[in-house]
Amino acid sequence: MFARTTALAIATLAAFDDAAAQTVNQPPDTMAARVEACTPCHGNQGEGTSDVYFPRLAGKPAGYLYNQLLAFKNGRRKYPPMNYLLEFLPDPYLQQMADYFADQHPPLPPVTASDASKEVLQHGQSLVSRGDPQRQIPACGSCHGPTLTGMEPGIPGLLGLRPSYISAQLGAWRYGTRTAKAPDCMQQVAARLTEEDVTAVAAWLASRPAPVNIAPAPKGTYVLPFACGSEPD
Amino acid sequence: MRSWSRLLALGLLLFTGPSAEAQPKLGPDGDSLVARGEYLARAGDCIACHTAPEGRIFAGGRAMPTPFGTLYSSNITSDRDTGIGKWTAEDFYKAMHYGRFPDGGLMYPAMPFASYTKVTRTDTDAIFAYLKSIPPVNQRNREHDLRFPYSNRQLILGWRTLYFSEGEFKPDPTKSAEWNRGAYLVEGLGHCGMCHSPINALGGTSQSEAFKGGLIPMQNWYAPSLTSNREAGLGDWSIKDITDLLQTGVSMRGVVYGPMAEVVHNSLQYLNDEDTRAMAVYLKSIAEPSPPPPASSRLPTAESSLLISLGKTVYDKHCANCHGTQGEGKPPHWPPLANNQSIEMQSAVNPIRMVLNGGYPPGTKGNPMPYGMPPFAGLLSDNEIAAVVSYIRTAWGNRGTPVSAREANELRSAPLN
Repeated sequence: MFARTTALAIATLAAFDDAAAQTVNQPPDTMAARVEACTPCHGNQGEGTSDVYFPRLAGKPAGYLYNQLLAFKNGRRKYPPMNYLLEFLPDPYLQQMADYFADQHPPLPPVTASDASKEVLQHGQSLVSRGDPQRQIPACGSCHGPTLTGMEPGIPGLLGLRPSYISAQLGAWRYGTRTAKAPDCMQQVAARLTEEDVTAVAAWLASRPAPVNIAPAPKGTYVLPFACGSEPD
Repeated sequence: MRSWSRLLALGLLLFTGPSAEAQPKLGPDGDSLVARGEYLARAGDCIACHTAPEGRIFAGGRAMPTPFGTLYSSNITSDRDTGIGKWTAEDFYKAMHYGRFPDGGLMYPAMPFASYTKVTRTDTDAIFAYLKSIPPVNQRNREHDLRFPYSNRQLILGWRTLYFSEGEFKPDPTKSAEWNRGAYLVEGLGHCGMCHSPINALGGTSQSEAFKGGLIPMQNWYAPSLTSNREAGLGDWSIKDITDLLQTGVSMRGVVYGPMAEVVHNSLQYLNDEDTRAMAVYLKSIAEPSPPPPASSRLPTAESSLLISLGKTVYDKHCANCHGTQGEGKPPHWPPLANNQSIEMQSAVNPIRMVLNGGYPPGTKGNPMPYGMPPFAGLLSDNEIAAVVSYIRTAWGNRGTPVSAREANELRSAPLN
């Protein structure tokens, strides 16, 4: 009897050991560990890296990030390394990834001096803050917020991005290689921009210092100038 | 999968025959015929080719790049004008079994009828009943864009003479019912041989080469041999590790990646425990005794030693945190690299591509939140990629061979999806 009890006790202990060993030998059960595949390009907390074409993800509205993950997964937004990584991941998991990066709040990078001319920067400032009513170009701030930090759930902030990334994306919207759900408001706006407009807007946006509060505005804080598929009413 | 080898190339159709409306009928096991058909359509992975990205289910239109040009998959919804709404169950069986349209026309062998020919009439009837239950989508098939001379369908006759032998699966009476079920699924609906066999310039596989592995055209992923334990042969795997891999995409021995991730995602994760086990039993049985290790590396010894020594430095800095200093990993999520056949096999294409492109195993019911590997294409030079792959292929008792920076460089431009 004693022997059996001892054997049982040893077996139980061994089982505990096994369980403990299994936990020790497993990766951390966290989103941070699960999104390590994202970090070489987007930074450990989604703050961006030295590569000027890879955007910051941290603190962007979760709805915006989710829309982008879905667009990459479905091939609507084309960038093969992203399309490949996301192709077989379930939508609820992409939502969790979006939530994770939306919840990260590393500081915005310090602004680097722009090599654009004064005239270019002035043109950029004018388009960003006032738009060009004659060409039916709205001010960036009318959708992306007066402080350009975006609005929940679907409108991204425009700060903390490098001019190369902004130019590349505006170019992609203009040429129709980047699209979003209809009505595709960003495509409509970008189609009215010239190449000079794009360069100027990108240079000006990248030169803006961080506001005190970099969080996106809550949903419905302001009314958009037109309907937008990415920001449903 | 965008592989040319998995496409039902229906092309232009002439519709004949009366329509056979799918009625809710019971299958042989008492379950609904449509539900059974859905299950079997999963096993055949019809959706992978017959649904375009963001497209309606089974409406076709997915582009399939092939060495011969681009094929576009066909509409197999119940639409009477543009789908298979006017087909009969007999027509559908002929398509699956003979690779012929209702009018007798020949299908391109991208439709895996060379495998589907093994499927029973009972099973094709169930799949047909399921497809008839799919809401019709009026979407005309897109013309294929094949280069001359491949645009000539008469060439298919030659292909068929060389590579197609018609016939339903014949059970082997000396084997168990479970083994036979596994063989039926692997060789038939699973059409595993379409990728896991060497594909020659004519786009065919010969019977003697079945399951011996090969580079998948256009995708530049290596589909390893299922018969050699030096590749993906499963002879020394436990049945549980095999079923875990097939059902969840991860296992204690390794994880699926590349085109196989899609197969698990779209197809294998939906198979029940009995069928998965049957496939595992069969796959384990077809592994043959290993051939002797390959001849030593083509690289000069001095270059190899330099690479491997640099490789250890790269490994310790970038890889060891997840895969362990001894290549032990933290399986199943962070796979072991020591004694991992996928790392050691003669073709180094897959390990090089994994380092370049990273990847996530598929999200499955059994593993809905997989862990991913970062892409290192932007972080490491060709030399460093070659070095770290050479290191993991030869360290910890692994019996692979070193690879050159040129091989690493060439795979930077491999298509990603």
